[in-house]
Amino acid sequence: MFPARYWREMPQRYRLEAGKCKRCGKVCFPPRLVCPKCGNRTFDTVRLADEGVLKTYTVIRVAPSQFTGQSPYAVGIVELDGGVLITTQVVDILLDEIKLGQRVRVEFRRVQEDGSAGIICYGYKCVPAA
Amino acid sequence: MAGIVGYGAYVPVHRIKVEEIAKVWGADAESYKKGLALVEKSVPSLDQDTITMSVEAARNALKRAKIDPSLIEATYVGSESHPYAVKPSGTVVSEAVGTSRNTHCADFEFACKAGSEAMFVCVGLVNGDTVKYGLAIGADTSQGAPGDALEYSAAAGAAAFVFGKEDGVAKVVATHTFMTDTPDFWRREYEYYPRHGGRFTGEEAYFRHVATASKQMMEKVKMKPQDFKFAVFHQPNGKFPMKVGEMLGFKREQIEAGWLAPILGNTYSGSSPMGLTAILDVARPGDMILMTSYGSGAGSDSFVYEVTKKIDEVRDVAPKTRQQLDKKRYVEYGVYAKFRGKIRMAD
Amino acid sequence: MREVAVIGVGMSEWGELWRKPMRDIFVEAALAAIDDAGVDKIDSMYVGCMTSGLFVGQEHLASMMSDYLGRSGIPATRVESACASGGLAFRLGMIEVGSGVSDVVLVGGVEKMNDVGGDGATYALATAADQEYEVYHGVTFPGLYAMVANEHMARFGTTRQQLAHVAVKNHKHGSMNPRAQYPYEVTVDGVLKSVLVADPLRILDCSPITDGAAAAVICPLEMAKKISKKPLVKVTGSGHSTDSIALHDRHDLSEFAAAKRAAETAYKMAGVGPADIDFAEVHDCFTIAEICVIEALGFVKRGEGGKAAESGLTALGGKIPVNTSGGLKSKGHPVGATGVAQIVELTEQLRGESGKRQVKGARRGLAQNMGGTGGSSVVHILEVA
Repeated sequence: MFPARYWREMPQRYRLEAGKCKRCGKVCFPPRLVCPKCGNRTFDTVRLADEGVLKTYTVIRVAPSQFTGQSPYAVGIVELDGGVLITTQVVDILLDEIKLGQRVRVEFRRVQEDGSAGIICYGYKCVPAA
Repeated sequence: MAGIVGYGAYVPVHRIKVEEIAKVWGADAESYKKGLALVEKSVPSLDQDTITMSVEAARNALKRAKIDPSLIEATYVGSESHPYAVKPSGTVVSEAVGTSRNTHCADFEFACKAGSEAMFVCVGLVNGDTVKYGLAIGADTSQGAPGDALEYSAAAGAAAFVFGKEDGVAKVVATHTFMTDTPDFWRREYEYYPRHGGRFTGEEAYFRHVATASKQMMEKVKMKPQDFKFAVFHQPNGKFPMKVGEMLGFKREQIEAGWLAPILGNTYSGSSPMGLTAILDVARPGDMILMTSYGSGAGSDSFVYEVTKKIDEVRDVAPKTRQQLDKKRYVEYGVYAKFRGKIRMAD
Repeated sequence: MREVAVIGVGMSEWGELWRKPMRDIFVEAALAAIDDAGVDKIDSMYVGCMTSGLFVGQEHLASMMSDYLGRSGIPATRVESACASGGLAFRLGMIEVGSGVSDVVLVGGVEKMNDVGGDGATYALATAADQEYEVYHGVTFPGLYAMVANEHMARFGTTRQQLAHVAVKNHKHGSMNPRAQYPYEVTVDGVLKSVLVADPLRILDCSPITDGAAAAVICPLEMAKKISKKPLVKVTGSGHSTDSIALHDRHDLSEFAAAKRAAETAYKMAGVGPADIDFAEVHDCFTIAEICVIEALGFVKRGEGGKAAESGLTALGGKIPVNTSGGLKSKGHPVGATGVAQIVELTEQLRGESGKRQVKGARRGLAQNMGGTGGSSVVHILEVA
């Protein structure tokens, strides 16, 4: 991955920074320039909650090349407390123990790397909460 | 005088038992377990490294510190397994936890002493009023060569401390250091696994430096072993810290609270700092703690802490170190080899 | 707007076409459609293609295809909306004819997917999802649909067997289609024992990787009445809608709202409802997709899509046969061509040319083509004129 592309998303990947509409309060992740709910164009920067609930998931068994070393791995859609949904890997759990609706917590992990000589791309993954 | 305002540890969930490693190399597990006084070690997943563990430990430390991360003006990550040879780990950690952009940031390396170096420098900067808060981290995902004695102990973990000019949870009573040039353990540039001097890593290396730094420290603060409630020494295995403690006149009970190696392994730069976090998890206000690290090459940093009342307020705010150690999943050698990048993959 | 008729349809060979370059595959389908229409003059053309840049490193496709078709100089436009590229190309061609700008328009779709390895195809297809917030985390397309499936199963009690029944039905239909890439039947047990790709989806729940093209010639209905020697087929409804491309941005993770909205538009334009549709071609890129789509189209109630294939409702001879061609599942899924190939099947069925898989008395058919996980959807209704 070209560094600039990874770098510009760091506030989201590292700190879960989102935009909260100043008019209607809708929280957008990643931040947007136009509120999809009310059309307003001004936002405050907020950080998403670091816990949530697993809404749906799958186990990827045929993985893209950057992820083949990790497969099989679980990817899910997590509704973070506050209502924003994110797509993320679910790790540190046996694949057959994952349950829809379970509480998960965000951790900082390596997500992918650009070969052994390229940049390492970090970001959020979820682990079982407590 | 500076104090520890917040502390936190991070332990990966995976473990491998000594037996599982010994099986692969046809070695005698019992003699390794006895000789190293450890039964298992932590293993990082493919998606964990010094940076990710540092971030998690730092987040735990910040939860306990209860300060705005943007007030942190120094971030130091000590490790011998920084993911990049060139490019700092500390910048990632700083961005991830949200420190000030004017944070002074550096990576340290001094074999297993890099974490305590970060702490030492933070104490100095806080005491000198150069920074308001400093974040010091010791973390490693160390590798021992397959089949080497080190493979049974080289583990992964991180400890982070926020230092500030307030008593915090523990006052820093004194710092001290001792070093010589002693090539007992090293890794050359571009080499994947470290080399070591075998038995030469003992008496003239670990024991000399840890004992000298600790003794000089006790003389400096005019304290005796019995004045301390707890002591933690670098833990390259389960045996050495107990032995050096005994040499110095400490009792087993003083060392046991921070003695993690038997079930964690050697987390290198994270070793004695993680032991300190386990001690703070159980310490009472007024308790005195001696911590002495060791880094091959060689040197030891020594610290004396006095626990304050605030410890009772923050202890339960983040996961305790032994709680994390209790949460574990064993892996077989094949998975361990995959996690540690020991399998040759297609390009 | 002028009424629009489909006067010619054609397809190239579909499959792993190792010996054929993309340009020839397209031209093969276009010539078949032109010959079927019996016209000389093409005023304009559209080429639906998702990502020839990633599959064969070739962009600037419309000009190249018009040149190789021997029509260099005509206005030619490439249309991209992921896997809905073909359906959208057809809609734009229809609008161009309907508006009076052009009379005879060729609409084609093409994809050459086997010039990259499996990993290259996975990468190329995943570009239809959100690169920074889905694909970055290791999601694949089967993975996204697998998440839809798990949600649908947990919420509505849809079973793993019901998913398999979609594949069984579509392969049975495909076994009667000489142009299908995999024209053989599969069993429920065979699907359930096939290799897992992304839980709960197995390889036989997934549409294949296909090289292929499809094309249609359209013109004003009034002109068609004069020049066409074939039974006349007209376009009576067309709808197109978009949605967030990231699945996690949907308020409902297993409802394809874009398909629902596109269908509502098309039904309204045609003045009909779901009950008036005799048969349909829908976007079954994965078995779960057909289940969710027939709900969105109103053929069954929300949550009841799983029962349709199992009960025979959507089989040939059932109340509303779905994917008589074999669907993407059996016929193949050259992504940019799929939407146009659906029009080919509808046209042939309405003309009564579908042989063993002919829907008896077919008067009105619906085609639904979808991009990504439903980030775009195009619906057309075709009727016997």
